[in-house]
Amino acid sequence: MFGQLVINGMAVGSLYALVALAMVIIYKASEVPNFAQGEMAMVSTYFAYMLLISDRVPWQLALLGTLVFAFVLGMVLEFLFVRRAKEPTVLDLIIVTLGMQLVLHGLAGWKWGPDQKDFPLPISDTEVVQVGGVVISYLNLTTMITALVLMGLLYAFFQYTKIGVAMKATQQNWMAARINGIRTNHILGITWGISSVIGALAGVLFAPTSTLDPHLMWDPLIKGFAAAVMGGMNSLVGAALGGYLLGFLENLFGLYISLEFKSIVAFLAIVLVLWFRPSGLFSKHYERRV
Amino acid sequence: MAALLKVDNLTKHFGGILALDHLSFEVQEGEIYSIIGPNGAGKTTLFNCISGLYRPDKGSILFSGQELIGLKPHKIAELGIARTFQNIELFSHMTTMDNLLLGRHIHLRSGVWHSLLLPWRKSLTAREEVAHRARIEQIIDFLELQSARDQFVKSLPYGRQKLVELGRALALEPKLLLLDEPSAGMNTEERQDLFFWLQDIKEDLGITIVMIEHNMQMVMDVSDRILAIDFGKKLAEGLPEEVANHPDVIKAYLGEDEHESAAVARQ
Ligand SMILES: Nc1ncnc2c1ncn2[C@@H]1O[C@H](COP(=O)(O)OP(=O)(O)O)[C@@H](O)[C@H]1O
Ligand SMILES: [Mg+2]
Repeated sequence: MFGQLVINGMAVGSLYALVALAMVIIYKASEVPNFAQGEMAMVSTYFAYMLLISDRVPWQLALLGTLVFAFVLGMVLEFLFVRRAKEPTVLDLIIVTLGMQLVLHGLAGWKWGPDQKDFPLPISDTEVVQVGGVVISYLNLTTMITALVLMGLLYAFFQYTKIGVAMKATQQNWMAARINGIRTNHILGITWGISSVIGALAGVLFAPTSTLDPHLMWDPLIKGFAAAVMGGMNSLVGAALGGYLLGFLENLFGLYISLEFKSIVAFLAIVLVLWFRPSGLFSKHYERRV
Repeated sequence: MAALLKVDNLTKHFGGILALDHLSFEVQEGEIYSIIGPNGAGKTTLFNCISGLYRPDKGSILFSGQELIGLKPHKIAELGIARTFQNIELFSHMTTMDNLLLGRHIHLRSGVWHSLLLPWRKSLTAREEVAHRARIEQIIDFLELQSARDQFVKSLPYGRQKLVELGRALALEPKLLLLDEPSAGMNTEERQDLFFWLQDIKEDLGITIVMIEHNMQMVMDVSDRILAIDFGKKLAEGLPEEVANHPDVIKAYLGEDEHESAAVARQ
């Protein structure tokens, strides 16, 4: 019973972790919680949907195309809207991301309509593998593995690649990065691109368990945001752990207390963390630069 | 001999404040050229214009004959200009080693796609990496930073952080080094070391240095020539003794003292 709980928690937690990672990567670079993250993922998921139902490309290629689309979408949004703000405050940037959210939501409603579509990912949500006493659907297994692989890739990227290191540097000290020869504008664009790809993965893996409509990512976004806050907003490891913890707590709550009110767990978690450990459960506390 | 750096009629204002007022001077290759002046004279603003962080209103900055105005900071770094800041700018959550490696960013060949593939091509880039690390080790030895090597920069004392910043600037292998108050916050011994290092940087590494410095002892000892400015304008320029004894310079510094005693009197 408990093992099943852990697995279920991890499966949904993987989605939260992906969204949280996407948010934290942008937060560290642009210092704004990106409220458009969910809609960016939703639009990318629609893009995947169009490729998948077209029957002209194999689904693997469709997914690859979606990731490329998501990357470009992130870069374009950063270039068109975020970069326009000259010496913005956090509030300015929040308004910009909220604006992007509205635009993307409106576009999706106009292009694809409000009706709910089945997302035809050929990975089964109902067929299961059984390990010990624990059952897990192929989709959940895929989600968990995807999240883990992605975390490994992210780690290698930030540790070993020139761009990854430059990205870390830009996040820590924008001015020092620039005079060291780092093209911080490019770095910001790429940051948004990568974040958008991670969000798109979450969208594509989440859509089959839900139905595809323009509200697809509202719930995962709030949960992912909660996970990011639990992790301290500034830490990739914290965001991932926050996602898993939240998924687990939700399932625990759903089983023993109330299934209907499962969703309030995320909110409770945010309030409790902000109350007792405002810098996050897993992050060392950094003084803010002044 | 052609000037390495030629600043001509440089003007920059912030709202009503004229921070640089038609400032002109030339720095020759291989010299240590110091800039002095009271607080708020426009010295840091000058550095910010040279390194591309500020865009001047008017004038020109030629580096080896190339116009710098309008170039982005990363481009200026690529041309071979490195700098330090008055208030240390480092990657404080990284180690000394990583900060110095980042100083070599412009020398890392890898472009976007190359770098995205790097984990799989580690053997190909390993040799390059070893060469970069060797260069860094030389700088670490030179500035005697061995004990700070693997420590996070934020955990180092202020004087050491200043050295790490100097090391990071050297890692870029610049032709021109801009130092903004390098000895500020250092104790006498550290300042003494810095004095020798600056001479080594000039003589052994052949790097031209433009230095903003408040410690007159340091300035007099190490500089080939000095520029004194106030209110963004040139007061005097020349050999250390000439500038130090220039009546306008003495007046500007006396003026500053008067401001200070007035401030003290008011308290
Ligand atoms: N970013 C800025 N915005 C507004 N005023 C500035 C800015 N940078 C410098 N100044 C003003 O320009 C003048 C020169 O400053 P600065 O170059 O820092 O002087 P110094 O380095 O010689 O002490 C000062 O009056 C300062 O207040
Ligand atoms: Mg200054």
